[in-house]
Amino acid sequence: MALQQIDTFASRLRPETQAAVYDGSKKGYEKRTKLLFDDYAQPDELRKLAGKIKQHVVENLDTYLPAAEERLKANGIHVHWASTADTACNQVLDIMRARGATRVVKAKTMVSEEIELEAFLHKNNIECLETDLGEFIVQLDHDKPSHIVKPIIHKNRKEIAELFEKNGLGTYNDEPEVITRRAREFLRKKYLEGDVAITGANFVIAESGRIVLVTNEGNSRFCLAATSCHIAIVGIEKILPRDRDLALFLNLLGRSGTAQELTVYTEFISGSKALTQPDGPQEMHVIFVDNGRTDVLSSDCKEILRCIRCGACLNVCPVYRQASGHSYRSVYPGPVGAVLSPLLLGKNFPQKADLPKASSLCGACNEVCPVDIPIPDLLLRLRARAKDEGLPSPGTPPMGGWAVMASQPAAWKAALVAGKLINFMPTKLLPVPPLRAWENTRDLPQWRGGEFRSWLKKHKS
Amino acid sequence: MLKSARIQVTGKRVQLMATCLCDAFYDDVAIATVQVLEYLGCEVVFPDSQTCCGQPAFNGGDWEASRKVVRHTVRAFEGNDPVIVPSGSCAAMLFHGAQIEFEKEADKESVAALGNRTWELADFIVNGLNIKKWDGNFKSTIAFHRSCHTRGSDSVEASLTLLKSITGLTILEIGEPEQCCGFGGTFSVSFPVISSSMGNLKLDHIRAKNAELVVSPDMSCMMHLGGLASREGKPIKSKHVVQILRDSLINAGLIK
Repeated sequence: MALQQIDTFASRLRPETQAAVYDGSKKGYEKRTKLLFDDYAQPDELRKLAGKIKQHVVENLDTYLPAAEERLKANGIHVHWASTADTACNQVLDIMRARGATRVVKAKTMVSEEIELEAFLHKNNIECLETDLGEFIVQLDHDKPSHIVKPIIHKNRKEIAELFEKNGLGTYNDEPEVITRRAREFLRKKYLEGDVAITGANFVIAESGRIVLVTNEGNSRFCLAATSCHIAIVGIEKILPRDRDLALFLNLLGRSGTAQELTVYTEFISGSKALTQPDGPQEMHVIFVDNGRTDVLSSDCKEILRCIRCGACLNVCPVYRQASGHSYRSVYPGPVGAVLSPLLLGKNFPQKADLPKASSLCGACNEVCPVDIPIPDLLLRLRARAKDEGLPSPGTPPMGGWAVMASQPAAWKAALVAGKLINFMPTKLLPVPPLRAWENTRDLPQWRGGEFRSWLKKHKS
Repeated sequence: MLKSARIQVTGKRVQLMATCLCDAFYDDVAIATVQVLEYLGCEVVFPDSQTCCGQPAFNGGDWEASRKVVRHTVRAFEGNDPVIVPSGSCAAMLFHGAQIEFEKEADKESVAALGNRTWELADFIVNGLNIKKWDGNFKSTIAFHRSCHTRGSDSVEASLTLLKSITGLTILEIGEPEQCCGFGGTFSVSFPVISSSMGNLKLDHIRAKNAELVVSPDMSCMMHLGGLASREGKPIKSKHVVQILRDSLINAGLIK
C-alpha cells in the first residue's frame, strides 16, 4: 500500500538525525513555554493581540506597503518590488553589477532560501557566503536548512566536527566552542573582503521606514560594518504598522523562537550610514518579494501570512519531531510550512498537496503560535482544495460510500450489527487497506455494534 | 477559538449523541453517559437515526461527503435541546469544524444552530449545569490524558474539575501533555509510521506514571493507545471520564 511521502521519509530517517531533531525541538518547546509563562500572567492574550495586529496588516497591505515605501525612500533607501523569485534574484544581480561587486556576505534570511538566491548568484560568478553559523555549516555541507530558526537542528556535533575537518577548518574537535571559534576565525577575514551585505528583515515598520533585524551571533552587524552596500530582501507580509508594535512583537518573537527575552542583537536600521558614522553601507536597498504571497492573500488561508517565522510550531509538532524538516521538501517545513509551502507554489500546488495531510490535527501548533494562526483549520482547507482538484491522497480511505451509509439510519444500524463479524475473522485477511494499515501495529478493540442501542431500549422500557 | 457562545441551558431534557465510536466499540461509555445525565436529573433523548458527526470525511478533505453526513445529523438532532457528546472531538466537529465546511452553504444557519447547542459532556456538567463537585468515591490513581481535540475548549478543565473533586481519586498528569497520541483519525492509517511512533512515546509517558488507569475525555485516543499497547502484549487499562463519574456514583451506592 502506497504510503505518504512524509511517512516514508520518517521511516527511513537515520536514528541519529531523528534523535537530534526530536531533542532539539523538545528542548526548544519546553524552554519557550517556561519563559513565556514565567514572564507573563496571560501569554495567550498577547498571542491573540499580536495575531489581530498582523491580521490587520495582512488585510491592509494595499495601504501599508505604499506607506512603507514612502518612508523607506524618505530615509534614502532604494525600494524594489519583485513579483517573482526570478525578478528578486535579478534585482540583486543588477545592484551588484552596477557596483562592480563580486562578493556577498549574507546573514540568515529564509526568503533568500525561498528565491534560491545563493545558487543564482553562484551561477552568475558571484561569491555568496553565509555568515550565520548554522547556515555556514549548511553551505559547507551542500545541505539544506531543516528548520526556520535552527537550520542544522538535524545535525549532531560529531557530524559538524567531521565536516570542519574535511573542509580544512582544523583537526577533529566536536566541542561547540571550538567549532564556533573556527568558524569565526574563517568568517572574520571574509567580512572584510565582502562588497555587499544581504540580510532579511524581521519587521519593516510602515510609519518610520525602519527595518528591524534580530540575530544572536552579531554576524549581520559584521556584514553591515564591512561592506559598502546593504540589500535587505523582505517578504511583503513583514510589515508592522508602528514602531511601538515592536514592544509586543519583539517580546513574542524572542521567546517563541529561541526562548530568549530578547535576541542578543536587535538592529533598527533606517537607512545607509550617517555622515558621522565611520563604517557602514553607503547605499541601501530593500527588495519586497511577493513570489506567490498575493495569491495566498486572495485564498481562504491568508491567516498564514501573519507568520513571523519563529519556528515554535515546528518545535512542538509531533509529526515534525518524527519526520524532520527535510521530509517536507520545502524551505518552510513543519506545520507552517505544510500550509505555506504548497500555497506559495500557486498553480503548482499539486506538487506539495500532500503536506497538509501530515498532521494529526492535534492543534499544538495553534496553541504556541505567537500570532495565533489557526493552522489546523488551514490544513483542513488545503485538504479540501486537494480533494476538489482531484489529487490523489495515498492512504486516505474514500469517503463517498461511508457518507451514503451515514446518511441512511437503517443501513447504518444494519452495519453496526454486521460489523460484529470482524470479531470472528483475522483482520489481516480483510481486503480493507485502512484496516490493514491499522493492524500492522495496533489491535482493534472488540466490535460491540448495536449493544448500546439494545441496552437503551431495555433501559427505557 | 473553539469556544463558541453556547446557548444557555434552561430545561432538563437533553439529546445524546453517542458517537459512532461508542456505537460500534465502546457501548459502556454511552451507557455511563446516560446514567450520569439521568443522575443529574436530565431526561435523555437518544435520536435513533443518528450515525456519525461527519468528521472522518471533513478531516480527509472530502467536505462534500462530510456535509452530507452533517446535514443528516442536523435532521437527526432537530429541536432546541442541548446535544451532549461524550467526546471532545465529535463535539468540536459540530461547533467548530462543521461551521468551516458550511461557510459558503445556504443552510449554514441550521448547522450553526446545532453547533451552538452542542456540548462535550464534562463541559456541559460544569459550565452548562454549573456542577463543580462530583458525588461518590473512586479509590484509584489515574493518569489523565488531555485529548487534543479539546484544545481551545473548556473540556479538559471541566473534566479535571470533576475528577479532582472525587473522594479517593488521585490524578497524575502524563508527561508532555501537549503531545498528541498519534491517532488523528485517517492520519493513523495514512501515516502509520509516524502515528505509531507518536503513540509509543505517549505510552512511555503513561507507563512511567504507574497509574492503575488511563483516563481521557475521548475514546479515540484510548482506542489508539490501547491498540498499540495490546499489540505489544502489554495492554493498558483505560476508561473514559464519564465511566469514572458513573463508577464513583455506583461505589457510593448513589446509583445502581
